[in-house]
Amino acid sequence: MEDGVKKFLYVNRKAPYGTIYALESLEVVLIGAAFDQDVSLAFLDDGVFQLVKSQDTKDIGVKNFSPTFRALGDYEVTKLFVEKESLDERGLTADDLQEIMWEDEDEDYAEKPSIRIISRTEMADVMSDQDVILSF
Amino acid sequence: MSYELDGQEIATDEEGYITNLSEWTPELGAVIAKAEEVEMDEEHWAVVNFLRDYYEEYQIAPAVRVLIKSIKKSMGPEVGNNKYMYELFPYGPAKQACKIAGLPKPTGCV
Repeated sequence: MEDGVKKFLYVNRKAPYGTIYALESLEVVLIGAAFDQDVSLAFLDDGVFQLVKSQDTKDIGVKNFSPTFRALGDYEVTKLFVEKESLDERGLTADDLQEIMWEDEDEDYAEKPSIRIISRTEMADVMSDQDVILSF
Repeated sequence: MSYELDGQEIATDEEGYITNLSEWTPELGAVIAKAEEVEMDEEHWAVVNFLRDYYEEYQIAPAVRVLIKSIKKSMGPEVGNNKYMYELFPYGPAKQACKIAGLPKPTGCV
């Protein structure tokens, strides 16, 4: 690991709308991306709803910001860990989540998936591996 | 402040970004560019159109380094480099081009 680079994990636990946490988290990620750190995102509890595909916010009068997750690859944020147990508990599967890809410049812009579904135990390992954890 | 187009007043915030994104037309873009003292040519419009497409797809205006990287990929390194982009938009390619494109200020721009 290069000098001065820390591992940052942004933990998202809340549903996308109804509170400002999810949107604020995403904005902090986008702003923080300028500092060239090693950034990962974690989605657990109701936070997994943030990644559900085909969101439609017309009737609640707020902006649907879910397409912005697909821009994260441009900001070199390519690790989105989703906890399997949280999906299961909400009757969701990988197919309910939107596809989020990033382009690997080192491999002729090959498209690779950013979302990784992991178990609660693996999530604990991801967390213990971080220098900084920010919870939203 | 505000812009005027065909006798209509278009509202903006204190920095000149239009507040109602749906009011944008290329004609309004030209009016904003004039206020910014940017003379629009084909390449300026290509950047503005790129930003509008990016916003349409991702619901954000990209940060300047993301913009330049993406332009480099789509339009080549002659256009997609810092020096050239700042020649096109002296007050910052993301900031100024977004204003002309009728988009909000890029996230993280101060």
